[in-house]
Amino acid sequence: MKEGGAGATGTVFLKFKEATMAREQKSFVAKLFSYRESAIFLALILLMAAVTIFAPNFMSGSNLYLVSRQISFVAIVAYGELFVILTGGIDLSVGSIMGLSGVISALAMASQLPIWLSVLLGLLTGIACGLLNGLLISYVRIAPFIVTLGMLSFARGIILIITKGWPVTNIPKPFLAVGQGDLLALPIPVWVMIVLGVAAHFVLSKTTFGRRTYAIGGNEQATFLSGINVKKIKVFLYMVSGAMAAVVGIILVARFNSAQADTGSGWELDAIAAAVIGGTSLSGGSGSILGVIIGAAIMGVIRNGLVLMRVSAYWQTAVIGVIIVLAAVLDRLKNK
Amino acid sequence: MAEPLLQLNRICKSFPGVRALDDVDFSIQEGEVVGLLGENGAGKSTLVKIISGVYMPDSGDMLWRGNKLNIKSIMDAQERGITIIFQELNNCPNLSALENLFLGREIHSKAGMVDFRTMKKKAEEIFSYLGVQIPLNIPVGKLSIALQQMVEIGKALLTKAKLIIMDEPTSSLTERETQKLFQIIKELKAQNITVIFISHKLEEVFEVTDRLVVLRDGRRVGELETKSATRDALVSLMVGREIHSFFSSRTKAAETDVLLKIEDFSGPPNVSGVSFDLHRGEILGLAGLIGAGRTELALLMFGAEQKTSGRIFLQRKEIQVRSPWQAIENGIAYLSEDRKTKSLILPMMVRENITMSIHSTLSGFLGTLNRKKEREIADSFVRLLEIKTSGLEQVVNNLSGGNQQKVVIAKWLATKPSILILDEPTRGIDVHAKAEIHKLITDLADKGTSIILISSELPEVVALSDRVLVMHEGKIRKVLDKPEISQENIMGAVFAS
Repeated sequence: MKEGGAGATGTVFLKFKEATMAREQKSFVAKLFSYRESAIFLALILLMAAVTIFAPNFMSGSNLYLVSRQISFVAIVAYGELFVILTGGIDLSVGSIMGLSGVISALAMASQLPIWLSVLLGLLTGIACGLLNGLLISYVRIAPFIVTLGMLSFARGIILIITKGWPVTNIPKPFLAVGQGDLLALPIPVWVMIVLGVAAHFVLSKTTFGRRTYAIGGNEQATFLSGINVKKIKVFLYMVSGAMAAVVGIILVARFNSAQADTGSGWELDAIAAAVIGGTSLSGGSGSILGVIIGAAIMGVIRNGLVLMRVSAYWQTAVIGVIIVLAAVLDRLKNK
Repeated sequence: MAEPLLQLNRICKSFPGVRALDDVDFSIQEGEVVGLLGENGAGKSTLVKIISGVYMPDSGDMLWRGNKLNIKSIMDAQERGITIIFQELNNCPNLSALENLFLGREIHSKAGMVDFRTMKKKAEEIFSYLGVQIPLNIPVGKLSIALQQMVEIGKALLTKAKLIIMDEPTSSLTERETQKLFQIIKELKAQNITVIFISHKLEEVFEVTDRLVVLRDGRRVGELETKSATRDALVSLMVGREIHSFFSSRTKAAETDVLLKIEDFSGPPNVSGVSFDLHRGEILGLAGLIGAGRTELALLMFGAEQKTSGRIFLQRKEIQVRSPWQAIENGIAYLSEDRKTKSLILPMMVRENITMSIHSTLSGFLGTLNRKKEREIADSFVRLLEIKTSGLEQVVNNLSGGNQQKVVIAKWLATKPSILILDEPTRGIDVHAKAEIHKLITDLADKGTSIILISSELPEVVALSDRVLVMHEGKIRKVLDKPEISQENIMGAVFAS
């Protein structure tokens, strides 16, 4: 390299070094706020403080126990939704898949099949629904919105055909702990949320599969032309979404000691809302598991807070709607 | 001299961390065609965006026929008669030429309905004036880029534009289409319409402009009368030093053994019966018009599109290539023609983009990515190709065009290809980066990589290729060996009837 060139590179390098040093000198707090999730985490803390002021019993152990369990259900479904949304897709069928998986598990248990096998059958039901979604989206090239809207209706219909609208009961007693019991003071569903959350975070941030998922959301065509089997990955993502929904559907059977025909209806919107509030971009490419958990928590705390403050249930729905749009507005302002 | 149509005085514009324009003066006479030149990042786009109302200058003033010009938006500019035609055409691809032409300016009948009959008549007048035949009722997205550009020019005429700015209008045009555009520019000039023309292709600038203004690093560094300007003078103004040789020369000739044999390839949309051999260490140029089937042939070879017939042999052994990943496994890499939409994941980092095609070699236990190895590989390419980035973690969207293209090249070199298909590798990048990429191509070939070079820039094909295949309507029309390669022979083959 010529002298002039080397000098220029040197200056650039110096500037770069200055920039890194400036970053290093930032305080711990400042560093904390450089993370995407910090803003919504702060919002969650403020929200909890506000709720505590108006309804002091929010912070009671028994209430937090209930809230955390409720949050865990939404968060797990939203994990699956996140995988799909990261590629710019959407899964509207998670609520119905939850219901169907729960019904299949419950029926298997009610007909004396071993618990593990019943759970497995429920999971396979969810995965199979996801597989069907994925195949139609990837290989028949139908829009995810249409395919999963169809699955939403189809799976719910199958539930009604099987159950004729009646709850499935006779759930074996030992299984109920999965939905009602706790471990080290935390509800078991919360543990499931943590374990699956760690696993999902690992997959998204440390593996080639995760990298490819984000890449598809960033630019699907470029990802394909980089030699990545985009179709196969997409099928797998919808299977993950189906599996996560199934997990929650099965836990809810234990929670309610039965499988209800309407379990999960409307949950697709909660899952999408949790992802969006958690900073996930619906056009794909950005979002995280941590964000999704915080998003689910914000929704859970608001719902619970409004109940504790004796606000009518009708208002809860309206407030959640406002929060979803507000989250999107804040995200837009931040990225401006 | 008459009062200039437009005069800019001491225009400054900064973006966070960059001084894009620094005290720039610029003026243009009515009916003049001025070429605006400079490397990427020199400030050309910023300047024309200020003129056309996309950006507001930080300081400095603009005069229009001697009066202070106050433009706050593209709409303001259009009202004044200033229109810009962006490189990435800003049309609605799903609407017809007619609808695009009159978008926002629909003619209404007395009853308040859109008066299609009058609009159609006007559109036909404009297009016949431009001397082009454009079907008015099919979506413009289905027209060629050249025709879409004509629609944009038509739109400018319709708004009675006095000043038309064209930002790299020829980057996606073929030779013939470019000539057509130049005719139109001359026609506009005859009508006293003023044109600012931005291009990286010096031949074109010499052909079409009256005067040249050169920017470098946000400053105006010089101005030349086109008649008396020389290529060397222009280039040295642009890069700030003399560049003697534009194209690096080969140190070695291509070897004689055949690395890849393509036999009777046919596939969508129009490739039919293509056969050729590619030698080891050879640079094989693919020339032809847009739509001649060059990119299409490349996509078939790379497995991105499915061929309807044909066989492919690598070192005499038949291989199956039905997908890009199969192609990569066989050592075939394809750098696509459009780096923003087909090559890069713009919101991802330099590191992530460079390693996009080598996940399998980085994948460890449970599919984990080996970050250490990834950094090492990415870092080595950033150094090798002298990619100017603030770090491996920089988002590629923030790099300049030339550096983005180097990231794409790094991605493909990382796969250690034995066959590298380069589709328009230097499109839209500055002279300096171009020269570096040319050097890289010859170096790679010298080291034994076989290269298929698709380029609409004939000088590039002529200077680099060992052999040239001229394609026409999906078929190979002529094969030119080294001594026969010249722009004249290529164009002769393209336009032979």
